[in-house]
Amino acid sequence: MKFFYLIWAGLWRNRARTVLTLLATAVAFLLFGLLQGVNAWFGGVLAGSHADRLIVVSRVSQIEPLPIAHLHRLERVSGVRRAVPVGAFSGVYRDRGNDVLVFATEPEALFDIYSDWHVSPGQLQAIAGRRTGALVGEVLMKAYGWKVGDRVPLRTSLLKQDGSTDWNFDIVGTYAVTGSAAQANRIIVNYDYFDEARQFDKGRVYAFIVSIHDPSRSSEVCATIDALFSNSPDETLTQNETEYAQAQLRQLGDVSAMVNAIIGAVLFTLLFLTGNTMGQSIRERIPELAVLKAMGYPDGVVTALVLTESMLLCLLAALLGLAVAAAVFPVTEALGINGGALPWRVIAIGVAIAVILALVSGLPPAWRAQRLTIVDALAGR
Amino acid sequence: MAAVVSLKNVIKCYVRGAQRVEVLHGLSLEIEEGEFLALMGPSGSGKTTLLNLVAGIDRPDQGDIVVAGERISSHSSRQLARWRARHVGYVFQFYNLMPLLTAEQNVELPLLLTDLSKAQRSANVRTALHLVGLSDRGSHKPAELSGGQQQRVAIARALVCDPTLLVCDEPTGDLDRDMAEQILDLLQLVNREQGKTIVMVTHDPKAAERATRQLHLDKGRLMGVQPRAAA
Repeated sequence: MKFFYLIWAGLWRNRARTVLTLLATAVAFLLFGLLQGVNAWFGGVLAGSHADRLIVVSRVSQIEPLPIAHLHRLERVSGVRRAVPVGAFSGVYRDRGNDVLVFATEPEALFDIYSDWHVSPGQLQAIAGRRTGALVGEVLMKAYGWKVGDRVPLRTSLLKQDGSTDWNFDIVGTYAVTGSAAQANRIIVNYDYFDEARQFDKGRVYAFIVSIHDPSRSSEVCATIDALFSNSPDETLTQNETEYAQAQLRQLGDVSAMVNAIIGAVLFTLLFLTGNTMGQSIRERIPELAVLKAMGYPDGVVTALVLTESMLLCLLAALLGLAVAAAVFPVTEALGINGGALPWRVIAIGVAIAVILALVSGLPPAWRAQRLTIVDALAGR
Repeated sequence: MAAVVSLKNVIKCYVRGAQRVEVLHGLSLEIEEGEFLALMGPSGSGKTTLLNLVAGIDRPDQGDIVVAGERISSHSSRQLARWRARHVGYVFQFYNLMPLLTAEQNVELPLLLTDLSKAQRSANVRTALHLVGLSDRGSHKPAELSGGQQQRVAIARALVCDPTLLVCDEPTGDLDRDMAEQILDLLQLVNREQGKTIVMVTHDPKAAERATRQLHLDKGRLMGVQPRAAA
């Protein structure tokens, strides 16, 4: 600690260079924090999925609707505990950009299947008793400042019987999701009302969510369901939630590999930047290091001074970048792709990378500082 | 008086490209405790090489060097560093202060290697700065000081650990006559009042006159010894 002011002074010997290096490194760690956050989100999606829930969609295309008549046949499949239809559409609340996702379903069955989604029994009764009723996720309630009793107008592309595309729902309650608060970002409405009010695709749904008794039998049940509807006009593709999530993520490509490749390239480039900065800084201070050695500073102390300076530069930049990433990260919650704070795991990995970066970029100049001979250094040789 | 520095048959060579140049040719010398020795001679005569050997920042190729009772010619790098911290204060021609540190911080640098507490270090720094007449300039950075003041800070830095030996490489070489006289006054004061042994390399005959003894080096050999009573 007593050497700190000496190290600090060395770090700021060339103020402009240090500031530029610090900012460039901080931006790299900001990128690291945000991109690793995306990776963590993908991981969270998979971790939060359940093998005891199956998703049944059309085999032709995920946007091809299935007939509601499938529901009763699904409920009779061996191993199925319960099934619920889901019609999904998106609407815009007031201004462009305020997109909300609406699930038209049977709320009581849905909350029974999604045991980690919580709503009070009274509010569940309230939506059953009100055709235009809606249960709104806590995230949306908070984002738009809604409260129970409000009427929410949504602009959609779905034509109603009256020729309008504006849909109005009355908030009768809210729901929360355990373990992943960000998932409470939908509006749940009555399928019966939705189906009756719309002009097209009547009697058809986007998907069925099926709850099964034994998760270990999910593959077997999936195969049974798909066999049930094979060679029909509406063949199905059934997957458990984990497989479904993996398939959805695969459509975006191997995001994790892409993110890691980008971060790897950025950090590799950074290595040259910080290595160059430290190298230049030490080259300029060779006579000063020689003076320290002439005073009796051992080689080990001089090496430690250079390495600590490198460590200070990289850690300061990493903490700055990660702090900004942590500040920005919760904003993504509003977009429904993330929730809470930047994961501690990402911060810890970032700090570890900064330490490695500091060691790799600091070792060559530290080695040079250790090996310098006082007489040659003082003579400028 | 006992010899605090003793060199016997010291040979020092430098390799320049493919050539091996012998700079000191079997040089022997004794410096007594409390002596103020001026080393003179033309450029390339080996003055600074001799100074560096005595200060333990360079090693001889042959011969023995004993300083403050230790045979430093056989010390390892680590032992030499520890020995320098305890026994040598080095004053450079161009001061060699750390530009971003204050005068106090510059003077404190050798003390960071000791086990002294922060309060003890501060007290020693104040004493050293008072000795060189810069008590009121402790918070100034080198760029805010004149050349003479910077050299005073450098002398305070060299003295702060109370070394056995003060070695000065052309300490007035970068100063005008008035400033040079002030620095020489200070070195004389340190030699007289504190009994500090000083070895000073200089080209300046007037500066050499302040020493208690002058030695002339030419082509790596001691040419003549001119003893002189303390001024």
